[in-house]
Amino acid sequence: MSIETELSLLIGDLPDGISEGVALGTGIADGFDLYESAIGEVVVTFNPEGVSSLDIADSEFENRFRGRFDRPLIRAEAPHSWGKTIPSAIERGQPGKLPIDLRSVTQFQADVLERTATIPKGEVRPYAWLANEVHRPKAVRAAGSAVAKNPIPLIIPCHRVVRADGHIGNYSLGGPANKVELLEHEGTRPNWLEDLAAHHVRFQGDSSTGVVCHPTCHVIRKSKTADVASFRSLQEAEEGGFRACEVCRPCC
Amino acid sequence: MASDLDAAFPAVVEQMGTRLYWGLRRISGDHQEAEDLTQETFIRAYNALETYNATRIREMKLESWLWTIALNLGRNHLRDRSRRPTWVELEDRGTEDPEIADGRSWDRRLGCLNQHQRTAVVLRHVMGMGIPDITEATGRPAGTVKADIHRGLAKLREVMEDET
Repeated sequence: MSIETELSLLIGDLPDGISEGVALGTGIADGFDLYESAIGEVVVTFNPEGVSSLDIADSEFENRFRGRFDRPLIRAEAPHSWGKTIPSAIERGQPGKLPIDLRSVTQFQADVLERTATIPKGEVRPYAWLANEVHRPKAVRAAGSAVAKNPIPLIIPCHRVVRADGHIGNYSLGGPANKVELLEHEGTRPNWLEDLAAHHVRFQGDSSTGVVCHPTCHVIRKSKTADVASFRSLQEAEEGGFRACEVCRPCC
Repeated sequence: MASDLDAAFPAVVEQMGTRLYWGLRRISGDHQEAEDLTQETFIRAYNALETYNATRIREMKLESWLWTIALNLGRNHLRDRSRRPTWVELEDRGTEDPEIADGRSWDRRLGCLNQHQRTAVVLRHVMGMGIPDITEATGRPAGTVKADIHRGLAKLREVMEDET
């Protein structure tokens, strides 16, 4: 056999991982991996843009992902540059520096979700607050539907958004029972929230500082019980000489 | 591919990936490096194609264009061995080396050629590419490419004679 002929035979099969690696690297497919959370095992999906979704790790998650995102899923490790921060983002309930891919929602919905991501662990905000934060104070229902479409629950902590009437509201990640469990895990007692609502307490202020907050804001929670005053509305607090907290920015 | 890149690209990878991988494998003599470069080449190609219009995609010569990207990446790769794709490293996924019978002997023989000769010989005789395509892929003039192939083959014969 001539050298030329021998050289022409030096081709084998395509190594298994290449097609998958390219699909992941281009974002044609998303990768997925399993993680622990306060409400059990969850599946996180990701692509070169960032984390794209989080869901309950049951036998149907791949179908749900395909139905919503219309992309294939491949089991993979998250990209080295940020994959290691996924467990802490889940535990903290905030993305922090973790890149998130919100291309599946509208710009308005993305704005609402980005504001949702700033609510600290152990605190809750009403839907109206979110609408106000994105400068659309009348779009409370639209803000609610944006939260319902949250593709990355837990990391974007939509469980920290509750109804103003004290009901904790619905939850996409396995139903309201999981929302209660998450809030309790974070030290926000849902019974207490309902209790406040039953007594029409929407805001609380510290009479020694003159600052009024959402009742779960860590600023007011540090106040002495004797100094805490309760209000039905922000107007009532302002009339009493209180000014709005710059941390939780109470509104409405 | 010109109309729906996401739908068409996986087939391009299946079709061209085998040739690209084995060409890079024979040039680099290393499974891991060939795998990294093949993957990275397709990712770069996809990102570029996303910005091209349909006419430009239809008119391009895909294989020599992919080789231009691959050889450029290979040069940078050699310059900086610590460079790694930012995506999942395939070695972590435990992919197996699919080396063929006799492959290692040929890697050793091809390793006796200089980089230009090895690249030219592999593109011409392993890939079966024509001189104009190799010229485009390597950015070297046709006469130089032909000389590289000629000297490369002569060197291979010499090496093989020494083996017997």
